[in-house]
Amino acid sequence: MTVAPLIEVEDLRIDLDDGANHIAAVEGVSFRIDRGETFGLVGESGCGKSITALALIGLLRRPLSVAAGAIRFEGREIQRLSAAEQRALRGNRIAMIFQEPMTALNPVSPVGRQIAEMFVLHKGKGWREANQLAVEALANVRVPAPERRVKDYPHQLSGGMRQRVMIAIALACDPDLLIADEPTTALDVTVQAEIIELMRNLCAERGTAILMISHDLGLVANVCRRVGVMYAGRIVEERRSDDIFSACAHPYTQGLVDSLPRLGSRAALGRSRLREIAGVVPAIADFPAGCRFNPRCAQATEVCRTTAPETTWLGAGGLVRCHHHA
Amino acid sequence: MKLGTSAIIGGLLFALAIFVGLFAPWLAHTDPVMGANLMNAEEPPSWIWWFGTDAQGRDIYSRVVHGARISLTVGIVSQLVNSIIGVTLGLTAGYWGGWWDDVVNGLTNLMLAIPSLIFALAIMAVLGPGLTSLLIALGLTNWSFTCRIARASTLSLKSQGYVQAARVLGYGDLRIMITQLLPNMVGPIIVIGTLGMGGAVLAEASLSFLGLGIRPPYPSWGSMLSEARDQITTAPWLSVFPGLAIFLTVLGLNLLGDGLRDVLDPQSRSRRT
Repeated sequence: MTVAPLIEVEDLRIDLDDGANHIAAVEGVSFRIDRGETFGLVGESGCGKSITALALIGLLRRPLSVAAGAIRFEGREIQRLSAAEQRALRGNRIAMIFQEPMTALNPVSPVGRQIAEMFVLHKGKGWREANQLAVEALANVRVPAPERRVKDYPHQLSGGMRQRVMIAIALACDPDLLIADEPTTALDVTVQAEIIELMRNLCAERGTAILMISHDLGLVANVCRRVGVMYAGRIVEERRSDDIFSACAHPYTQGLVDSLPRLGSRAALGRSRLREIAGVVPAIADFPAGCRFNPRCAQATEVCRTTAPETTWLGAGGLVRCHHHA
Repeated sequence: MKLGTSAIIGGLLFALAIFVGLFAPWLAHTDPVMGANLMNAEEPPSWIWWFGTDAQGRDIYSRVVHGARISLTVGIVSQLVNSIIGVTLGLTAGYWGGWWDDVVNGLTNLMLAIPSLIFALAIMAVLGPGLTSLLIALGLTNWSFTCRIARASTLSLKSQGYVQAARVLGYGDLRIMITQLLPNMVGPIIVIGTLGMGGAVLAEASLSFLGLGIRPPYPSWGSMLSEARDQITTAPWLSVFPGLAIFLTVLGLNLLGDGLRDVLDPQSRSRRT
């Protein structure tokens, strides 16, 4: 008897409806995240990771819509919930932090108030109590002098501080799932490490599951226990992150791994160039037939151009979608 | 928080007008309507009659002081009504879009196409002169600019990260409008509002001048000008002082509107400190 997962995505298809025709921007995406688990979605820009995240919280807007499949949060299908029930989940049980800490905070409202608002909104607290909780929340994300900082406006804080505030807002109501969409892309590397560490520790303390979305395979593999690699709207490989560097099965994943710079490797390999994946992600409207990676894949054969590969289950909970997987 | 010079001057002028309006009965020397005494008719300004007297011997100073009450009531109340209508329509239209946006846009264009004073005239003609109909007429005819600004701000703010973030964090539509959108557009709305208040003071004067606003013998600055126009060569003080009152009030409101714009922007605030 297995415990029901916290969130389960099954055969999700997201359509882009441009009036004349429906194009599947995301297709056949399935994954599950257990309580307290960490799962990462990796892929290039435009591969559908962010809209998958929006679908999870029921916030896809025209022209995008969920066309098929199911998203279940604690066994309840998100699409079937009323608008009010979905709202009660958002921010409260499922929270999200964004890429841009510069714009994700309301510029005319002190940050303390923005944190306090979460307690008022989801926990029904009075403003007095909420403001005190906001100071604690800022202290939890290691903002120095939180009782003074709560009165600051976002433009008075640095990028790293703002992202800390975002984390404080997101974790204010002790959510079960934290979606982090490129949480550190806008920050410089040293701050990035601090923020990731902070996010990981806070979530581990509270047993909050993380869904991390990034183009940075190294970062995701570092934070998450399992990683799903997305390409052109499909999950092409899902592995434990311990395995992904040593035994990746899909040529695209291999390409991502090869394109990561590694310390000392340049000398070892005789000053070779960093390898890249040739070509670009195809536009949603002209995804190729068969395996969507075939135009960029060195190992592509005739079958890749005609038939979409089925899911192959690997050992240790991994899966891959490739005709030629190792 | 540091106020600009124009905001201070504007604020002082407006505060003076409000003070005069509030304490008119104590500031006035005589009753503005009943204080007629033909013995003192058409006295020029002097130490006894600060602003002179009119053909009925009423003290112009007392009438200007009492006129402040009417002009400011009309200015503040009607602009408040305009702002509420304009912001409500513009904000909801920009936020929800769709057919509601089309309806509001059509209505706004209609209001902009008809000169608001003509529209107010028509309403006054139906309702008859008087303070209440003046408030209704001016309160319903000047919201189109506020509405436009509110709608345009909403459209640009809607795509901002923090508005999206609020949605993700579980805010409802109303809460997003009140906590995220409204505070971010309050600067331009207040600026338009103070300028509009000046406009409403002028519009009241115009309507009263045309005999459709406050009827004589009750003193409003516009109706006083209207009465004074025959004697503008023989007794210029009859038109100069109410005219000056209008001028200073409207100038004060415009300066205040300008100055407030700088203060209400939190980013320019920190730049100055």
